[in-house]
Amino acid sequence: MSSKTKSKLEVTAIYLILAIVAVIIFYPLLWTIGMSLNQGTSLYSSSIIPDNFSLEHYKWLFSPQSDYLLWYKNSLIVALANAIGSVVLTAFVAYAFSRFKFVGRKNGLYIFLLLQMFPVMMAMVALYIFLNMIGLLDSLTGLILIYLGGQIPFNAWLVKGYFDTIPKELDEAAKIDGAGPIRIFWSILLPLAKPILAVVALFNFMAPLFDFLLPSIVISSEENYTLALGLYNFINDQFANNFTRFAAGSVLIAVPIATIYLFLQRFLISGLASGGTKG
Amino acid sequence: MSTPKKQPKKNFHKHNPNTATVLSILFAGLGQLYNRRFLKGSIFIFMEGVFLLAFLDALNYGLWGLRTLGTIPGTDHSIRLLVLGVLSLIVSVIAITLYVFNVLDARKQAKKIKKGWVPLGFKQVIKEVYDYAFPYIITFPGLFLMIFVVIFPLLFSLLLAFTNYDLYHSPPRNLVDWVGLDNFKSLFTVPIWQETFLSVFVWTIVWTVVATTLQIALGFFLAVLVNDERVRFKKLIRTILILPWAVPAFVTILVFAAMFNDDFGAINRDIIIPLFGGEGISWLSDPLYSRIAIIAIQTWLGFPFIFALFTGILQSISKDWYEAADMDGASRIQKFKSITFPHVMFATAPLLIMQYASNFNNFNVIYLFNEGGPAVRGQNAGGTDILISWVYKLTFDTNNYSMAAVISIIMGLIVSGFAFYQFRKTRSFKEEGEI
Repeated sequence: MSSKTKSKLEVTAIYLILAIVAVIIFYPLLWTIGMSLNQGTSLYSSSIIPDNFSLEHYKWLFSPQSDYLLWYKNSLIVALANAIGSVVLTAFVAYAFSRFKFVGRKNGLYIFLLLQMFPVMMAMVALYIFLNMIGLLDSLTGLILIYLGGQIPFNAWLVKGYFDTIPKELDEAAKIDGAGPIRIFWSILLPLAKPILAVVALFNFMAPLFDFLLPSIVISSEENYTLALGLYNFINDQFANNFTRFAAGSVLIAVPIATIYLFLQRFLISGLASGGTKG
Repeated sequence: MSTPKKQPKKNFHKHNPNTATVLSILFAGLGQLYNRRFLKGSIFIFMEGVFLLAFLDALNYGLWGLRTLGTIPGTDHSIRLLVLGVLSLIVSVIAITLYVFNVLDARKQAKKIKKGWVPLGFKQVIKEVYDYAFPYIITFPGLFLMIFVVIFPLLFSLLLAFTNYDLYHSPPRNLVDWVGLDNFKSLFTVPIWQETFLSVFVWTIVWTVVATTLQIALGFFLAVLVNDERVRFKKLIRTILILPWAVPAFVTILVFAAMFNDDFGAINRDIIIPLFGGEGISWLSDPLYSRIAIIAIQTWLGFPFIFALFTGILQSISKDWYEAADMDGASRIQKFKSITFPHVMFATAPLLIMQYASNFNNFNVIYLFNEGGPAVRGQNAGGTDILISWVYKLTFDTNNYSMAAVISIIMGLIVSGFAFYQFRKTRSFKEEGEI
């Protein structure tokens, strides 16, 4: 076999593998979309290519009987607050760890990273009682505060890794020109660290949208539900019965998120790789 | 330190650091007053006074609660007392730290004064304090939140493991008591606990290793394939391959759960039965098939992240390396083994470790797929339950809080121990091999 045919065979094999993978990726996604367009609520009589094409589930989600829009709003509030808050908090923590000497600097972050690997389930019991004591149980504020506190170690570690790659000579030059620490932070480090801060913002915007466990424990009344919680409840009670409705609700959340992700993918990866590999 | 007063020059030798130390131990700030730092001294005195007035009773009550967990059933709520106790403990540690700082500060300054040090002017002092305190000030909000969200719950669960908090000892009706190491003992001696723990533990390890390794291997394999220079439409292909990562995981898991449904799921109805005939596979009710399904789902969910990450690294490897290897007549496998593989692994080690750790604690897939089921005879966890979902069930289904805490601690020690070891290894490796 000549090397040319061999190469052609190889390329064909590569495309074949990629095609199989693509089918496996698309199948469940298309299936969900198909389900959401079926009439009726039964999974059994539904198929991936609907016999009776209908938008009834989408219409229902936007009708006054459903709380879907409210959940969407709640999720967006939590996600936005978490994204903004986490950038502010972690940027400051990372700045301290990257540029200053203080007690606990050397191992502080690592200790928190390790402590955080203890499973959260028992923390849930403690947080539940604690939130109850300070009156933040079943509120979005309580949920946001827990997300904010929990994200710090990992993200501060990422951002610190990025800050470390910014030459210290820049700070020193600014210091000679009379800039204080806040000024250096604001006009030197922050502009240069925009890519990693964007990654932190995006991750912390997405995390609450995807999370199911914490809201299921903290939130109990339906008007405070986040999307994950609300959608789960569509199928929680009678699995087969509301699946098509769940599918419609899922499509409406998955499409915008996937779009954002795909747009920002290159950005995401480069930020993550440069911060995470240099910590 | 109000004004830059001149020190009485003659008797500064008589200034005694020990007096300053003793005074500051007696009451915070007294030592500073003796050092003639009046502003600082009065701030410290004010702080300790406020602290004592505001917290002393609460602290006392909290620590009493921590010791006894309450004495009157129906009135004392043991778990609330435990929470208060842990909080008091944290406040006490912070207070003691500040107190030690106060004593050290008084002593250090007294020593300086003894050597004839003349204090700086007001403005300079302010600037110095600001510079010194700056890192503490900017970490404070984050640290404060972390204390409540990370440290406090951890201490709470740690302590819970040494109590008998379960359905039969639950407040407000009953009191919870300290039981020492009894829970740990029964985990390893009572047969049902022993068996369940062992089987869940083994499956957790298998799950973590197999699922994570599969997703890394598949991601790596596809990244290398797509990176091949003969492949066209790279951008489109990459976008498709990243798609599973872009869709919210809880949605896909629930969708898969429906697709794998034994009776009306698409996998059985559209693939297994038409192709192989028979009744279809009982994905949700047979432990072995459930496990296979869950690993497959996790691979589907997890490989795109690895793929994307490795793609970035592969593109950053300089072509010179490969050209040099070509000159030496290296085969493709050799090139992969000595250039590609080490490069990729070296650059991403910490993130890969986190992948393993996160799968060890991957509650979502297990619980949302079939709630850890199916049930298994002779143990109180389901066939696909990993430690974390078992803990969830113990906590929220059977209210066996203390046992859940024991298992949580064991899990935490395993994961953080493993991660600690790996972090240290990669960190030192990096410091030696800095490129």
